[in-house]
Amino acid sequence: MKATTLEAHADGRGNPLLRFAAPQAFFPLAGKMIPWFAALAVVFAVGGLYVSFFVAPTDFQQGESYRVIFIHVPSAWMSMFLYVVMAAWAAFGLILNTRLSGMMASAIAPTGAMFTFIALWTGALWGKPTWGTWWVWDARLTSELILLFLYLGFIALTTAIDDPRRAERAGAVLAIVGVINVPIIYFSVKWWNTLHQGASVSLTKAPSMAATMLAGMFLMALAAWMYSFAAALWRVRSIILERERDALWVRERGGEA
Amino acid sequence: MNWGSLENFLAMGGYGLYVWGSYGVTLLCIAVELWALARRSRRAQPGERA
Repeated sequence: MKATTLEAHADGRGNPLLRFAAPQAFFPLAGKMIPWFAALAVVFAVGGLYVSFFVAPTDFQQGESYRVIFIHVPSAWMSMFLYVVMAAWAAFGLILNTRLSGMMASAIAPTGAMFTFIALWTGALWGKPTWGTWWVWDARLTSELILLFLYLGFIALTTAIDDPRRAERAGAVLAIVGVINVPIIYFSVKWWNTLHQGASVSLTKAPSMAATMLAGMFLMALAAWMYSFAAALWRVRSIILERERDALWVRERGGEA
Repeated sequence: MNWGSLENFLAMGGYGLYVWGSYGVTLLCIAVELWALARRSRRAQPGERA
């Protein structure tokens, strides 16, 4: 009974949402979405950079050094958000045993690691002129560094195991356990005394920055979101082809893009 | 925000190293990721053996 329902999903006769859980069905859909996300990423990035450099005023305390914020905050947001999405896909894969889930988790990891690295790098370059140091072992910085190690650990673990299904399951356990680090990063500035400042933007109080600065940050954050979707979808298409190399539908595709 | 001249813009009020160091490395990361994505995509095509 169960098996027939799953097969029905795979060829599109079942629930339309589950239909795309089959890599074969998701592959062309992802291909159609990539150009849109890529185009939106470029539009938001151009708008965001314009606002960040030509509209947002000089900060009265930090001078121009604060302009690092337009990359730093969006990439820090993405680093946490992508980790949660990656872990959610990994959990779906573990529970429902759908093939696409583990592929999505693997497709997100390198982009998440990249944004984590960018958050740390830009943080160091911002910390030097404002705090007088590139790095401190404070709760926010340390937990973000742990996030980078979690991403790298996930990538290393899943590539080290030859059997892709076993690799996925091992990676999923690591990803799910590591989720505990995300609220620790987010609330670290509240829970501990940190050199890192508190949140500039929160749901409960008015933002502590000029409206144009906020606008620049949000545009750059939107660009980072769109970029991440495009990059993850592009990567998942390669993963699908790699994994399904011997499937008839892949062999029949031939050289077509 | 009016920078007046290109020199002023590049100097970023004395913080050029930090601001451009941030934006430059970010751009580099994105370029490397896009290059890696394109390469992986090319190698994953049927008929191409990695």
